Amino acid sequence: MVRLNLTLALPLAAFLALLLVPRSRPAWSRWIALISSLLIFAVSLGLLAGFDRSGGDFQFETNLPWIQTPAIRYHIGLDGLSLWLVLLSTLLTPVAVLVSWRYIQNRVKEFYAFLLLMEFGLVGVFVALDLFLFYVFWEVSLVPMYFLIGIWGYERRIYAAVKFFLYTMAGSVLMLAAMIYLYNATGSFDYHTLLGDLASGRLELGRTEETLLFLAFFLAFAIKVPLFPLHTWLPDAHVEAPTAGSVILASVMLKMGAYGLVRFCLPMFPNASREHAWWIVLLAIVGIIYGALVAMVQPNMKKLVAYSSVSHLGFVVLGIFSFTQQGLDGAVYQMLNHGISTGALFILVGYMYERRHSLEIADYGGVATPAPNLAAVFLITSLASLGLPMLNNFVGEFLVLQGAARANFTWAVFAATGVILSAAYLLWLYQRAFLGPATEAVRDQMRDLSPREWAAILPLVALMVWMGTAAQTFLPPISASNSLVLERVEQGVIVNVENRIPALPQEADHAR
Amino acid sequence: MPGSFVPASAELWRFLPEIILTLAGTFLMVLAPLVRDRRQNALGYVAAYLFFAALAAALAAHLDPGPAFQGLLVIDGFATFFRVLVIVVGLFTVLISFPYLGREHADRGEYYALLMFSVVGQCLMVASGDLIMLFIGLEISSISSYVLAGFLRRRPQAVEAALKYFLLGSFATAIMLFGVAWIYGMTGSTSLMEIRNGVLKLGQPGSVFLAAAAVALIFAGFAFKVSAWPFQVWAPDVYEGAPAPVVGFLSAGPKAAAFAALLRVLVVGFAPFSHRWEPLLWLVALGTMVVGNFAALLQNNIKRLLAYSSIAHAGYVLVAVTTHSEIGTAAVMFYLAAYALMNIGAFALVTHLGGKNEQFLNINDYAGLGARQPAAAALFTIFLLSLIGVPPTAGFFGKFYVFRAAIRADLIWLTVLGLLLSAVAAYYYLRIIVVMYMREPKNGVAEAPPLSGALGAVVWVTALGTILLGIWPSLVLRAATEWALLVR
Repeated sequence: MVRLNLTLALPLAAFLALLLVPRSRPAWSRWIALISSLLIFAVSLGLLAGFDRSGGDFQFETNLPWIQTPAIRYHIGLDGLSLWLVLLSTLLTPVAVLVSWRYIQNRVKEFYAFLLLMEFGLVGVFVALDLFLFYVFWEVSLVPMYFLIGIWGYERRIYAAVKFFLYTMAGSVLMLAAMIYLYNATGSFDYHTLLGDLASGRLELGRTEETLLFLAFFLAFAIKVPLFPLHTWLPDAHVEAPTAGSVILASVMLKMGAYGLVRFCLPMFPNASREHAWWIVLLAIVGIIYGALVAMVQPNMKKLVAYSSVSHLGFVVLGIFSFTQQGLDGAVYQMLNHGISTGALFILVGYMYERRHSLEIADYGGVATPAPNLAAVFLITSLASLGLPMLNNFVGEFLVLQGAARANFTWAVFAATGVILSAAYLLWLYQRAFLGPATEAVRDQMRDLSPREWAAILPLVALMVWMGTAAQTFLPPISASNSLVLERVEQGVIVNVENRIPALPQEADHAR
Repeated sequence: MPGSFVPASAELWRFLPEIILTLAGTFLMVLAPLVRDRRQNALGYVAAYLFFAALAAALAAHLDPGPAFQGLLVIDGFATFFRVLVIVVGLFTVLISFPYLGREHADRGEYYALLMFSVVGQCLMVASGDLIMLFIGLEISSISSYVLAGFLRRRPQAVEAALKYFLLGSFATAIMLFGVAWIYGMTGSTSLMEIRNGVLKLGQPGSVFLAAAAVALIFAGFAFKVSAWPFQVWAPDVYEGAPAPVVGFLSAGPKAAAFAALLRVLVVGFAPFSHRWEPLLWLVALGTMVVGNFAALLQNNIKRLLAYSSIAHAGYVLVAVTTHSEIGTAAVMFYLAAYALMNIGAFALVTHLGGKNEQFLNINDYAGLGARQPAAAALFTIFLLSLIGVPPTAGFFGKFYVFRAAIRADLIWLTVLGLLLSAVAAYYYLRIIVVMYMREPKNGVAEAPPLSGALGAVVWVTALGTILLGIWPSLVLRAATEWALLVR
């Protein structure tokens, strides 16, 4: 319990501490950010020690009153779904600090302060068990990212930052309306209470009511995922963000949307989820193929990786809305995989930019000659991202496809083309950038990885292998939590009928 | 009518803040010519202390709540809440006016006296239980505000602002008075309680229609004061031309008082046929939000931008008013308190950064503020995020309570539209943040001296309040919920 609260509170404390650092000492900011983010990661690793891996229920819960009217509680907890996402956030923050070490020379203190505020918002989103608290963290994480893109981004950063903010805001206000609606119906924002009321029939939603509420939540999450055709903010935001921003955005922030789908949409609105699954799956598959095709023709490396995200996140949504254990497990696993491999790709592209000051693929070629280590790491990461067996993405994609095939075989067939296409665009990228003859400029500028750069990327590469070969380290808690979600989804229709049954035994008694 | 003309001491006690402020204003008026020009700002300090005295009196008056002067005034929790609010707004305005008036060489005692009279008028408005009292309060407040708007009489824009404000304002109050006369003709009284009873007795559909028309006339007067659509056209011009501290004052004090009086009139006087005025208010609320938010998108002058933003916020408050419920009333109270905090803070910064003669009012003048003056930029960002409604700020909870009341009243369509419009609003507030942080510094506000003195204190206090209310909204909401129960 203390550990989880610490994991949540320490980033905020570090943020406040950074505000107090004098601006004339950028080195202090860097070290404070690095040490505190490593400390936070260490504390969050402590969560693993006390975590019961077989039960899917919430652990480390803290439930304190925050505001009396309306009843808003500081209610946080961790289950198998959020556990790994919290760890992903705490792992990637020190990585983001490391990759920005040299690149960020301007307003250093503010940069790291925003990075840690971001971590606070992200961890908060994943552990909040009060809808209102969730919304607060959801919005809190929005502001630092807006600044990270807008201040430290590339040329079109302002356009990208504002677009990012407005897209997310437009989605989230409707979610807020839906939350207030639920509150007015039940008098609670508490996740457990709401689910309990829904299951016991204390809160009965009519068909249109449930559909509208589902759509309000779904829209907010779909924008964040992003689901085709709501993805247009993503390439802009990714391309314009500084490396650390892209990493956090791709690896963790996009997961907020997918997490919200599994955590809120499915269990709270099971009937509407099932009813609307067909077009959501359709959009997911379109996104998988469309994202991959667009990625293939990008001349800009960052854009290519950004569109590959659209494609990969399509798998996640497909897995979620297949309503099968494998599909859901694969989706959650794929969230983590995407966080690690796409995060790593953004880091590597960032390294290349720092050397050559260009994101155009055409400006590279033959990089493997002067920088063999960089090339090797890039190759492993690409192979992981395209789903080579023994590396992490394979497990996730396999499970998703298996789940999708169970639900509807045609879905799996179409989605599988995305895997093939991802091999095409990633290997082609590798071929154009790293193989062939190296030009003079490339040979001059492309140094190999420095120790600091190794330190940032190595944990991710290690995880790619680990998650690809020993999925059993990670999967059991995920499955346990997912099976509870699935139970609720499947009971959705039945429970409402069962609720009317409790009257029967009494009647039976009378009959006797 | 029973009762003697000599008021009881309890009544005077309840009336104490107005007595203090009126005497203080008169005192300052008399004193102003006697003080040397260089020392005029000393009068400002005197005014600040007297505002503190009035604040204490307003709180003390709450110890013994009840009616005063045959029900012309009703000192209840609702009145106390708004009296405290408008007095605090007056106090903040005095504090942010020192450096401004000094810079513009307009340091004269009348300024503070006018401010006090305006606050007296607002105190009367929020406590009035009678339409005549309400009208008198409104006029006291308005006439002082007209003069304040044109206080820098050598500046043409200020004179234009004052004239526009005066002409349109007096027209609006005239319409309102017409409505009052009409109601008096029908019910034989101007007391809100008796109007309520009289309205209940109206028999024929014809007279109900007449009463509804009278409500519409009275509402039109209020709509002008709170700058609601379609009576909002004066606001941008007045905000642009009037001195920045006065604009901060106008957007917080008189607006809050007008909303308080509107609520009292609608909930106490005209509750019996709420089904007739509610649809009218839905339309006005929606129109106000649409006009305010979309027009603000096109502004380049920061004062005009904040003027349209203030129109938009009036729209949100109207959403809560239309719900005609206790949680709606509490939401209005919370929202206006939160809005006063963030808007006074924002205008204090606009005042500070505007420079001599308010030369830096274009948004592009704010370029690079984040790099040159991190504290001022960060504080401005807090106010802007609160105006957008991002948690954890007071503005977020304000919106939250407003739309919660609206959903409770089954106004889901209005909630959805209002929330979407508030997402539109994010764009123009973000523009200021973009310019402050993401553009290179140039000549403009970045050259202003760092925040200091009374103005700096106001900015810090309002920013702190904005955050504090965003973390513990109960600090204000509990009082608001308790006092939202209007005496009926």
